[in-house]
Amino acid sequence: MTIEIEAAPSVQLSRVADSETHGENSPYFAGWKAYDENPYNEVSNPSGVIQMGLAENQVSFDLLEEYLEKHSEASTWGKGAPGFRENALFQDYHGLITFRKAMASFMEEIRGGRAKFDPERVVLTAGATAANELLTFIIADPGDALLVPTPYYPGFDRDLRWRTGVKIVPIVCDSSNNFQITTQALEAAYELAKSMNIRVRGVLITNPSNPLGATISRSVLEDILDFTTKKNIHLVSDEIYSGSVFSPSEFVSVAEVLEAREYKGSERVHIVYSLSKDLGLPGFRVGTIYSYNDKVVTTARRMSSFTLISSQTQHLLACMLSDKKFAKKYVEINRARLRERYERIITGLRSAGIECLKGNAGLFCWMNLSPLLEKPTREGELDLWRTMLHELKLNISPGSSCHCSEPGWFRVCFANMSEHTLEVALDRIHKYMDQRRT
Amino acid sequence: MRLVVPLQGIVQGRGGLIIGSLIPCALIYFLRLHLKRHRSPSDRADLPRSGSRPYRSTRGSLAPARVSSRAESIARPDKSPYYVGLDRVSRDPFDEVDNPVGIIQLGLAENRLCLDLIEEWLCENLNGAMIGHGGDKDHLGIGGIVEYQPLDGLMELKGAMASFMTQVLGRGISFDPSRIVLTAGATPAVEILCFCLADPGNAFIVPAPYYPGFDRDMTWRTGVELIPAHCRSADNFIPSISALDQAFNQARKRGKRVRGILISNPSNPMGKLLPRETIHNLLHFAQEKNIHIISDEIFAGSIHGNEEFVSLAEILDAGEFDKNRVHIVYGLSKDLSLAGFRVGVIYSYNDDVLAAAKKLTRFSSVSAPTQRLLISLLSDTSFIERYLETNRKRIREMYDLFVGGIKELGVKYVESSGGLYCWVDMSGLIRSYSEKGELELWDKLLNVAKVNATPGSACHSIEPGWFRCCFSTLSKDNIPTVIARIRKVAEMR
Repeated sequence: MTIEIEAAPSVQLSRVADSETHGENSPYFAGWKAYDENPYNEVSNPSGVIQMGLAENQVSFDLLEEYLEKHSEASTWGKGAPGFRENALFQDYHGLITFRKAMASFMEEIRGGRAKFDPERVVLTAGATAANELLTFIIADPGDALLVPTPYYPGFDRDLRWRTGVKIVPIVCDSSNNFQITTQALEAAYELAKSMNIRVRGVLITNPSNPLGATISRSVLEDILDFTTKKNIHLVSDEIYSGSVFSPSEFVSVAEVLEAREYKGSERVHIVYSLSKDLGLPGFRVGTIYSYNDKVVTTARRMSSFTLISSQTQHLLACMLSDKKFAKKYVEINRARLRERYERIITGLRSAGIECLKGNAGLFCWMNLSPLLEKPTREGELDLWRTMLHELKLNISPGSSCHCSEPGWFRVCFANMSEHTLEVALDRIHKYMDQRRT
Repeated sequence: MRLVVPLQGIVQGRGGLIIGSLIPCALIYFLRLHLKRHRSPSDRADLPRSGSRPYRSTRGSLAPARVSSRAESIARPDKSPYYVGLDRVSRDPFDEVDNPVGIIQLGLAENRLCLDLIEEWLCENLNGAMIGHGGDKDHLGIGGIVEYQPLDGLMELKGAMASFMTQVLGRGISFDPSRIVLTAGATPAVEILCFCLADPGNAFIVPAPYYPGFDRDMTWRTGVELIPAHCRSADNFIPSISALDQAFNQARKRGKRVRGILISNPSNPMGKLLPRETIHNLLHFAQEKNIHIISDEIFAGSIHGNEEFVSLAEILDAGEFDKNRVHIVYGLSKDLSLAGFRVGVIYSYNDDVLAAAKKLTRFSSVSAPTQRLLISLLSDTSFIERYLETNRKRIREMYDLFVGGIKELGVKYVESSGGLYCWVDMSGLIRSYSEKGELELWDKLLNVAKVNATPGSACHSIEPGWFRCCFSTLSKDNIPTVIARIRKVAEMR
């Protein structure tokens, strides 16, 4: 006689937990896995995978180290640790006023003083990832959409959609005009959403762009602002790479455009910033939302309870960034070093017969490998990506993971490695290209 | 108005004319309100373009882009006495020297009793603790702490946290570092669990009275609803299965699917430790209904009484219950007073929940310099041992002083062994035994006595008159002042 044992029904999880919206099965992340399993090391593993898929800035660590060594009070609350107790208990979602002032002043420094930032409008979050998600919760309801120009940072698929239930409708850009955003493309995206009965709540741009590595021109910004005004929707400008523009005069922030308009209609605009790229401090988890809309500021502050910045970190950075001399010096030197790297990689690629989009910012270049594709399709691109990863052992990001409308483009990061490693990578590319020609 | 006439005929008596004119006005008002609420954005005409560079001006009468409905409700001022009280104190805080007539804070469960110990430790240990000098990228130099780290926390910190949790939650229990997910405070830990365990429209049962923050943290963005399971003074505020059953059935009647129970142990605002039997009952209940159980044990290091603290982890260790439904929340804000550093823990026995929670920590990670500092601090296990012991002792001292003062007033309280607060029964001081009476007393305490205590109604208490009084933000000499001020109000009746 068999005894039937009824298995206890296993307890279920939510749709959010079960969904694949975290996107960690895409090539963008698969490349990282390959790197983790076989990471390049100059000495111990010179034939390993070189990570060129991570937009991290390691070129200016020495400047930060130097500062922290000279100013131990930033990291230790000074001799005898005065102020430690208040700092340890401080969990006010307004954030330390000294830190908010320092952030506002740093954002002004980056923009060469061409825009003013009010510390009272600075909302702190644990990273730009949290800032973008928070803004999405605030400006859109589940089922609504944000318009985002392609190609875009793969993380947006997760950050803007996963828990919020909000959709992304792409503003399709292409190489015919260097992937610039046009009013036609904006209108087309809006109409597409409308035809699917989806309510558009805002446009989210990244300026300078990731993955293009290029700033958005003033006239395009004006067009975008006019479009959002006409449709009465929000505009989020993620300016996380604003301090990584090689030549300061080439960056125009939406803040400057608003200032020129005397802030008329500015309540629809929100800027996201972070220290992860410009200061190379991703581990610190420091992001901000700067909003010209009082209700958004109030709501974002309250919601930031889920994503506060450690008071210890706020204290440290308040010391560092309010040192205006240091901030200015850092921004200048960092820019120059990034520019050098950029020029090196462009020259190196060009001599191997590879062209990139003309860039002027960021930690990466947008490389055009479309002439190398066997088939001008997404599959063709992924085949080439696999060759890059498994044969050349270079992890670069395929344009399809950035939703690029044209196959064959790749994002290549250059600031997260030593100069020597960059040379090794370029060498591998040269050898591969030579091999192809024969 | 012509409408008045027929209505006047219908409505009899003296009030007829007035009601007769009020009703149509009211109708018109509500009609307008209805139209305003249901007007969709597409009803608004597209703006004509005008002018030329440098900017195109808009027709100024249009309101700027609206925020989401989620945001609308969050943007409104919070009327809960819990938040109103905290706000009032921040504007007029008591200070022995600078503001002796300010409001004394009894509404914040913050522990200021042992920060001197940590301060001392920092002075002796900090230089090696955080940012070292040059060299090996893995351990020293800024390269070690600035880069992207696993968003759910450094393995080293998880290890140190696992040992710390053993010291706090129970000696016999060993915690597996790979089941730990670190978050920027316990607040996101609770929210992340809600996102993982429930869909919008689902419900959690929460034994009441409960911490007012849960109303925000668990429902704001998740779309989840909280259903209180009322605990009574007759039961010493220990949750009963009948209360849970009642809450569960209530949810079912309303078509709400219950996904889990959230318990706090030690409980907040009562400070009770859950007896073993109760924990067994709760686990049986969860098993029977096939739902999750979250145990918030954030005050586990603040046990000042003689009762034994039993963590859910200890009961699970014995192996009798299905672990897949159990998740523990912890954090350093109370036991180590490091609320500003934002360090919370999700400890889950469910691999799928862990996998999902880990990915969600990207929105709420612990800052790297803080992780480094804590690795050093928590690894100094002999310091931690001394700290925990001293902390318990000092909380006990304050508790004794405070309840001594309460007794002098002739006011009753619930004896508790844990937490940083005392659950006091001031029903004898309120005029009408109702929520209204309780709030009147709260108002008097706040504005006349200038003492901010949290009224039970803010914690969803169904028995009026109870107040949570936190004593851990005070110094010993403040206590007589607090008691004297409360006496003033008590004698006003």
